[in-house]
Amino acid sequence: MINAIDDRCDFCGACVAVCPVDCIELRESRIAILDHCIDCMLCVWICPVEALAGADKNLESECEASMIAS
Amino acid sequence: MRSFYDCIVVGGGPGGAWAAKHASEGGASVLLLEKDREIGIPVRCAEAVGAAGLQAVVDPQPAWISNKIKGAVLVSPDGREVVVSGERDQGYMLDRKIFDYALVEIAAGAGVDVLTKAYVSDVIKPNGRVQGVRLQHMGQTSEVGCSVVIGADGVESRVGRWAGLRTSIKMKDMESCVQKTLSNIELDPDYVYFYFGKDIAPGGYVWVFPKNDRLANVGLGISGEFSRYKSAQKYLQDFIDKRFPHASVLYTVVGGVPCAPTLKKIVADGLMLVGDAAHQVNPMSGGGINTAMLAGQIAGRVAATAIAQQDVSEKKLRQYAAEWHKAQGKAHERFHKIKKAVYKLSDGDLNKTADAVLSLPPEERSLANIFKTALVKHPSLIFDVIRVFVH
Repeated sequence: MINAIDDRCDFCGACVAVCPVDCIELRESRIAILDHCIDCMLCVWICPVEALAGADKNLESECEASMIAS
Repeated sequence: MRSFYDCIVVGGGPGGAWAAKHASEGGASVLLLEKDREIGIPVRCAEAVGAAGLQAVVDPQPAWISNKIKGAVLVSPDGREVVVSGERDQGYMLDRKIFDYALVEIAAGAGVDVLTKAYVSDVIKPNGRVQGVRLQHMGQTSEVGCSVVIGADGVESRVGRWAGLRTSIKMKDMESCVQKTLSNIELDPDYVYFYFGKDIAPGGYVWVFPKNDRLANVGLGISGEFSRYKSAQKYLQDFIDKRFPHASVLYTVVGGVPCAPTLKKIVADGLMLVGDAAHQVNPMSGGGINTAMLAGQIAGRVAATAIAQQDVSEKKLRQYAAEWHKAQGKAHERFHKIKKAVYKLSDGDLNKTADAVLSLPPEERSLANIFKTALVKHPSLIFDVIRVFVH
């Protein structure tokens, strides 16, 4: 559900750091979202350059994300 | 490269280099792994460090320093400038490419084996104890055994997670950052500039760190609490359009900075975390070089001793956590609490504080006095500060 826009990504790792389920793999200039992503959107929100895009957020995932973030 | 080392350090930044150097000097065989193809590249840093903090861990060489900083200018939301200066050399602008190379060269000179383009994809932990890493290098996957893994793998650290530590960062403690190196601008190269304000950088600040009188690292961090509404990149573009409309951009880099309390657990059986990976960045400034090198120095030494005594249990390695907390822990927690208190101030509060500070004679404008003045103006801060100092 979450997609990385390679042309924008700077491979900085901010998304990896906030991911609550360790589902982002980052190499020198490669990024992959793994299958166990829960669509919580934290990576999308932290990205300094809007290089990650998610599907329309649903209430459930927002709720879960705010619990994880607090 | 051998199939077993006493100690494997994951990450070739300043924290990793210093951990590797000190472990090697303590008698351990050490392998340093860097995922990128070259040490020091890309530079993901604003490059300013406190002079005293750096001198505490290494003798700074002229080649590492692009500019010497005399003081700081704090700019309030309505543009009032508070100048804080001291003796010459309050801080340095590092050239991180040269600096990071030099630190790893020093580590290599102390006997450390170095491998770049070396991606660690997991730790090996039969029976729950970390005993090596799985390594991907030039299309080959291999396992390298060791007694101790030191994870200096940055803000995106996964080594700690694989070992069972909780390392993910809360959004409000994560700074979402963008920086551009601007040329064709005019500034006083003796000073670093900090700009505050909810419209400029909510939950963070803008920095202008000069490399010389025509070139500077200009960037900002905003708290993850706010980044979902407007990205760091957009905030920075707005600032640059307003302040430096004629600048040319020579370099753009982005990153996340953990401005958080130190992780509760930074050691496990056969594992230690160092630097950004352990959340050892100064949570008030976002500066992490000096603290990472200090932590690396302690971790490397403790690892070497533990290996020599054939006891790399979590209990034994806790010596590192204890020494870190003794050296920096209290200051670190205090900085985090002050950060939280300062970011609660409204733009109006910040303007009034700047006004009050400007009424002080310049020679009395030390950081301590600025803080005292802020307290007088904002008594509610006193409760936060009491909490900070009582704990």
